[in-house]
Amino acid sequence: MFQSVLFYLFALILLGAACGVVFSRNPVHSVMFLVLTFFQSAVLWLMAEAEFLAIVLVLVYVGAVMVLFLFVVMMLEVKIEAAKRGLTRYAPLGIGIALLMVFELVQLIWLRGQGFSGTSGFAATPEGYSNTKALGAVLYTEHVYAFEIAAVILLLAIIAAITLTMRKRPGLKVQDIGAQVSVRAKDRVRIVKMDAEKKQ
Amino acid sequence: MADLMPQFVVNWVNWGMGVFYSLPEWVQYLTITTWKILFVLIAVILIVAFSTYFERKVIGSMQARVGPNRVGPLGLGQPFADVIKLLIKEVVVPAKSSRFLFVIAPLLSLIPALATWAVIPLNDWYVIADINAGLLYVLALTSVGVYGVILAGWATNSKYALLGAMRSAAQIVAYEIAMGFALVGVLMAGGSLNLGEIVRAQEGGFSQWFLLPLFPLFVVYWVSGVAETNRAPFDVAEGESEIVAGFHVEYSGVAFAIFFLAEYANMVLISTLTAIFFLGGWASPFEGLAFLAPLAGIPVIGLLVTGGLHWLFIKMCIFMYTFFWFRATFPRYRYDQIMRLGWKVFIPVTIVWIAVEGVMAWFQVGPWAGLGG
Repeated sequence: MFQSVLFYLFALILLGAACGVVFSRNPVHSVMFLVLTFFQSAVLWLMAEAEFLAIVLVLVYVGAVMVLFLFVVMMLEVKIEAAKRGLTRYAPLGIGIALLMVFELVQLIWLRGQGFSGTSGFAATPEGYSNTKALGAVLYTEHVYAFEIAAVILLLAIIAAITLTMRKRPGLKVQDIGAQVSVRAKDRVRIVKMDAEKKQ
Repeated sequence: MADLMPQFVVNWVNWGMGVFYSLPEWVQYLTITTWKILFVLIAVILIVAFSTYFERKVIGSMQARVGPNRVGPLGLGQPFADVIKLLIKEVVVPAKSSRFLFVIAPLLSLIPALATWAVIPLNDWYVIADINAGLLYVLALTSVGVYGVILAGWATNSKYALLGAMRSAAQIVAYEIAMGFALVGVLMAGGSLNLGEIVRAQEGGFSQWFLLPLFPLFVVYWVSGVAETNRAPFDVAEGESEIVAGFHVEYSGVAFAIFFLAEYANMVLISTLTAIFFLGGWASPFEGLAFLAPLAGIPVIGLLVTGGLHWLFIKMCIFMYTFFWFRATFPRYRYDQIMRLGWKVFIPVTIVWIAVEGVMAWFQVGPWAGLGG
């Protein structure tokens, strides 16, 4: 009972924040709403006892990805008028995609829900059960190829992004860190011993 | 003990206990947890208050000055005088700022710094929430702290503040990766994500601490910690000489005080975490020495050999002192040097050391022997 009240409360905040992402006029506010959305999804995962996924969601998306998003959005010039026009122009497409996703989710839940009866919810986890350990045991044995292929694809994406954005301009001045570190004081400063001058 | 107290006190205590145990279980739980939280919170805030005093005293003596000595004996009242001054000052909100974000930014930087204490074990049994994924929780919350700085910089609508926020964001994202990798090494050695288990893996004296086998990771974690808290020599986010005060240039009064509190709470937090991960947390360095074992029964000297809150506190104080020491010693890093150190030095070092650990665990050498199986 208490659990379901909490669930609906958090789900409501989640939906509100998600709407805020779309409808707020200021991109920075949108990003902050998205951060709230991620946080709420993490909370919902925590309620489903998937604490590893929940904390990793906060760590990766809130802690790193959204920080970089915010970084980029803050640099952009805020054009409220253009953003408002975009909303109405892309609305049909967005609604179409949303409906498709709802249809898919309903199908999935219906498919999985077959043969599932009662309102007991999740099976109770055994004593000493560690979500992280269980996930690791599956990820590094059964799904190790998929896991490693995903890692290689990500590495590829990083290298591709760097090669695409790296421009070698002629006449670019770069610091030679090795030379900077190996500088000694006597190369730069000459200390001259002088006799004190007499007063005129 | 009981016969030392008058009869009516004993009666009162018994009556109180009776009432407490007759309450529903969740009320008991809530009461105990609330008291635990309050104790940790007050302790952290007091440590923060006095560390501002000690910082000024330490830096003062390093620069052959006296430091604060006017308020109270030895100037010990200085932190309270500062707080009262800040509380009665006016909070000025810039006219063209984003008002809501401007107000909530200091809170966003303070809340993660305090919430992380929930999983930190102060001794063998005192931990507010003994969760399995404690280390991940710590990483997640420390990475959230950057929002306060970024939003403060943006919401202020000032170029200096925005520059400070930009620098801080890039720096924290860079050093977070090195920090996370260093912690991967710790969890490999400890064999658990639970902070209490990590400390228990280091029990048995100085030689069992992760400080020695994980020395490169310790250095990386500690320096990254200094960078994460935006302290000197990595304090380009404030950079008084270039961008006035960086992200908090327009903050005054209580709002500034909260930023200040968050910075120092983060320092205390990083110091405690370093002690837990690498210096055996509450464990005593003299454990496991046979000739010191008889001391354990003696009232005060026995504390030397037995672990407890006092050891964690001492270790934390050592790291807090080095924070101040760094600030008095090193000039501010140039921005490109900060980036280079984070990306090109620390991250490779941590990756190499994790590989070394893996190989050693495979060959069943060192503290990782248990992982090899």
